[in-house]
This record gives sequence, structure tokens and C-alpha cells, in this order.
Amino acid sequence: MTVYFLCLVLFSLGVYCILRKRNVIKIIVGVIIAEYAVNLFFILVAYRMNGRAPIFSRKAEIVNMVDPLPQALVLTSIVIGLAATALLVAIAMRIYEKYGTFDITKIRELRG
Amino acid sequence: MTAANNILPLFIITSLAGAFLTSLVGKRVKWFPDVMGSLTTFVLFGLSLSAIWLTNIHGTLVYSVGAWKPPFGIAMVLDSLTVFMLVTVNLVAFCVAIYSINYMEKFTSKWKFYTLFLLMLAGMNGVIITGDMFNLYVFLEIASVASYALVAFGTEKFELEAAFKYAIMGTLGSLFTLLGIVFLYSYTSTLNMADMATVLAEKGLKNIGLMVSVLFIMGFGLKAALVPFHAWLPDAHPSAPAPISAMLSGVLIKSLGVYSLCRIFYSVIGITSTFSSILMFLGALSMVIGVFLAIGQWDFKRLLAYHSISQIGYVILGIGLGTPLGILGGLFHLFNHSIFKSLLFLNSGAVEYATGTRDLQKMGGLAQKMPVTGTTSLIASMSIAGIPPFNGFWSKLIIIIAAVQAGRYGYAFWAVLASLLTLASFTKVMKYAFMGNLREKWNQIKEVPFFMKLSMGVLAFICVVGGVLGLHSVREVFLQLATKTILEGVKYAEIVFQSLQ
Repeated sequence: MTVYFLCLVLFSLGVYCILRKRNVIKIIVGVIIAEYAVNLFFILVAYRMNGRAPIFSRKAEIVNMVDPLPQALVLTSIVIGLAATALLVAIAMRIYEKYGTFDITKIRELRG
Repeated sequence: MTAANNILPLFIITSLAGAFLTSLVGKRVKWFPDVMGSLTTFVLFGLSLSAIWLTNIHGTLVYSVGAWKPPFGIAMVLDSLTVFMLVTVNLVAFCVAIYSINYMEKFTSKWKFYTLFLLMLAGMNGVIITGDMFNLYVFLEIASVASYALVAFGTEKFELEAAFKYAIMGTLGSLFTLLGIVFLYSYTSTLNMADMATVLAEKGLKNIGLMVSVLFIMGFGLKAALVPFHAWLPDAHPSAPAPISAMLSGVLIKSLGVYSLCRIFYSVIGITSTFSSILMFLGALSMVIGVFLAIGQWDFKRLLAYHSISQIGYVILGIGLGTPLGILGGLFHLFNHSIFKSLLFLNSGAVEYATGTRDLQKMGGLAQKMPVTGTTSLIASMSIAGIPPFNGFWSKLIIIIAAVQAGRYGYAFWAVLASLLTLASFTKVMKYAFMGNLREKWNQIKEVPFFMKLSMGVLAFICVVGGVLGLHSVREVFLQLATKTILEGVKYAEIVFQSLQ
């Protein structure tokens, strides 16, 4: 139970970081933290108490294996997260070139 | 198993192949991106039209990817709602691709634009056609990441800012969606939508239903720009190049937001009266707040973006009503809105192409110099404002009648009010931009090139004849079947497994 709670704390930390930080890079880090909390939660969901790796062999019985599907899915999810993060960082670099600052309170061209 | 279901993966493969080839060859061969973009979208549009015919003969079609039978493998499902969305998306995409041939001349790397455009299209078609929860998330992200990049395409100051805001909000929305999917998976131990619906019906929803519904409303509501989650839209949509604004406002928010919301709430979870009233409330809120924010705008594209929020409110209100007429009206309005809003964004792009400004106060009398743009935007404005006999009138009328029939007089009143305010704000657009005296400095401007005129003309033509869709015989094959699919609700599972045999 504690593990799930810590996972929630991690997610909240990420969301807090996105909402409250003023630095563009810190916001991106917040997104990454929140993303990893979700991935971690997915792996936790698949875990069985004292489970073993889901590998088939002649001798081993098919009991108490952890669910292998979420592990495959999380790999996909990490790759997707990588793409989104790479794009965010690229945009942040261009923002710095144009505005000369990472402070979002100074990046305010759009209003209304 | 018939050969007919082999058409399903083509919707994704064609657009992905187009994107791949464009990125490979387009850099060296000048004419290639234009041809490839138009050709791919044309093929996709043809495929989606043939899908109407196929579903009329065979009913629901299911394709198992890699021959792994559902519920173990990934499934693709083609039912009437899917067909309806595919036709809408690919029709708009085709018109936008033609328009981009001329419009994108002023940007340097056209092949990058087409690559991202086709990737976004692949993502949208994927979201619509998939029958698997995690696959839905993957395609959602493909479409979203491509759209973040497209919003930043011009790499000017404001475009980057808008893209950053959009990307952060969009990523957060996707995370909530993923979290919802994780919860559902942990409860049902399956990812196939049909199988999930069966398991949920057997096990009952209990508390997890509430949790998951809230997560999905947050996730997909962010993508659909419903009112509490709308802050990114008025920045992101105007900042993109005009064809992309047309795609984003026209179909992206609908396929990623409204369609996914519909599919999951009606077909998988099964809608309850609590959630339909939440949907109606959010819809009405978006409808009214969007139009109030729109009235004060002077930036042409920003004004249109606020109207997108308002019109999406109508769609959600119609679908949330849950009555057959309400859903019919909602879907009809979804189709109409994607046509006239893309047309309006293309018009704004044409004005910007000719004059270089988006500020309504600096325009005036442009209809004299740009007759095609003037006429088509007049048609589109009348459609969106709901003046008979254009298509927008009929769909709004159906939604209002449905609200009255369901006894929701308050919502009907707000719908009428929002429609009147829409009319007021488009009167302003027409007055300041296209009517009145031509200003001195616009004497030299010319009408836009041929392909832009062609694509605007086609969309305007659909606006005029779009009301026909409401007619009985046409409605039967196109709208009524899609409505029926939604109304069947969790019987979706049964239908999918039946067609597998």
C-alpha cells in the first residue's frame, strides 16, 4: 500500500512542478516526473507478491508470475514520452533563442 | 471472415507510407511533397467513401492485427460511427492538402510540413479505427506530437510560446488518459475495448467507474477543449499555419476528444445519467463561455478559435442528451462544424496570404478584390451562425428540438442564446473584413491562387448542400447508422465478437 501511496506522491510532485514552476526547463522536468509516476504505477499494477519474471522454461511451474503485458506497454509508453520530451526541449531551446529567457512570466506575447 | 476487412489497416498504412515517402524523397524532388500529400489524402477519402458501402453490405467489420485474434491481439473495428468519423476527417484532410499546395509556398521546407501533416492524419485515423485501449493511447500521442510540432512550424516568437503551452497541456491530458487506461486494465485484465465492455458488464463498475470516468473526462476534455480545460486552444489554433488551424479546429479536437469520449463512455463503460448530465453541463458551459470570449476578439483567427470552443459545446450537449435525436443532432453538427470551421480558417489564411494581416480593424472591403474568398466566407459565416438553409441551421435546430423534447428547457435557451451571439460576432467579421469601402493600401492585392480557391469552393459547396444530409433518405445511410451505433452502447462488445466469427 505504501508503494502505491509513494507513486501518487511522485505524480502529485510532477503536477505541482508543472503548475507552480516558472522556469521552462523545470516545467519540462515536471512533465517527465509525472510521466514516470504513471509508468511506475502501471508496473506496480502488474506486480504479484513474491512474483517471478514471466519466463517460460521446462522445469518452472507456471505459478505466481508477474503480468508481462504492462511491461511491454510501458516500454512503448517510455518511447512515446521520449518523443514528447525531445520535442518540448527543442521548443524550449528555440524559445530561449527568441526571448533570451526561460522565465514564463516574461514569455507573454499572446494575450486575450 | 471476408476479404472486405482487409481495407481496415489501409487507413493507417496509406498515411504512414505517405509520410515516410515524403520525408525520404521530398527533400530532393521539389514537386514530390505536393503530389504525395494530395494523392495520399485523395486515396484515403476514396477509401472512407467505399467504407460506407462496405459497412452497408457487411455490417461491422473487425480486423485482427497480425492474425492474433481478439481479445489477445490488437483489433481494428469499422462500424458506422467509425465510418462517419473517417469520412469527415479524410474529407477535410483532402481539402486542406489541396489548399496547402499554394499556401505553403511561403514556408521553406514544404516536405517537413507534409510529413508531419500525414503523420497527424495517421494518428487521427488510428484513433478512430482502433478497437484497443492502449493502441488508442499510442495513436492519440502520434497525432498530438505531430500537432505540437505543426503549431510551432513557423518558429516565430508567439508560435513557439503557443506550441509550448499546447504541448505541456496536451502531454498532461494524455497522462490522465493513460492513467485511466491503467486503472481499467488493472480492473478488467484486458485491453480490447469489446472484451473490456463485457468484463465491466459482468463485474459491475463499483467505485472504479467514477475514478476512471473523471480521468477520461479530464484527459479527453483537454484534447476536445471543453471549457475548464480550454486555455491552450485560443493560443495554439491561431498560431499554426492556416491549413493546420483548419485541421486542428476542424477535425483534431473532434477525433481525439469528442469521438474518443463517445466511444469510451457509450461503448465501453456504458453511460450513466450522472455522466450524461456532466457532459451536458460542460457542453453548455463551453457553448456560452466560448461565444462570449469570441465576441471581443479582433484577431480573425483567434476569434475563430474561440468559436471552436463554443461549437464543440453544441456537439457535446447533443451527444450528452443521450436521446436518439440529440445524438443525431450532435453528430450532424460535428460534421457541419468540421466543414465550415475549416473553411473559415482557410479563408483567414487566404486573407493573410493576400494582405499579411489578421487584424480585423486593418481590413475592409476585401470582398471587392477577393470575390471567391469573400463569397465562401460569407457562406461559412452564415452556416456557423445558423441561418437557413445552410447546414449549420439544421443541426443546431435538431439539437435545440432534442433539448426541448428531453425537457431540458434551460439548455435549449442557452443554445439559442449562443447561436444569436455567434450571429452577432460573424456580422462583425463580415462588416470589418469583407464589406464596406476598400482601403487605399489594399488596392494592389490579388485574389489567391487556383488551388486555394478550388479547396475553399469545394468546402463552401458542401456547406450549401450539407443540409441535404438531414433529409430522410440520406440520413438513413450516414447519420442514422452512426447514431444507432452510439445508442447500442455496450452491445458493442457483442457485435464485435459476432463479426469475428
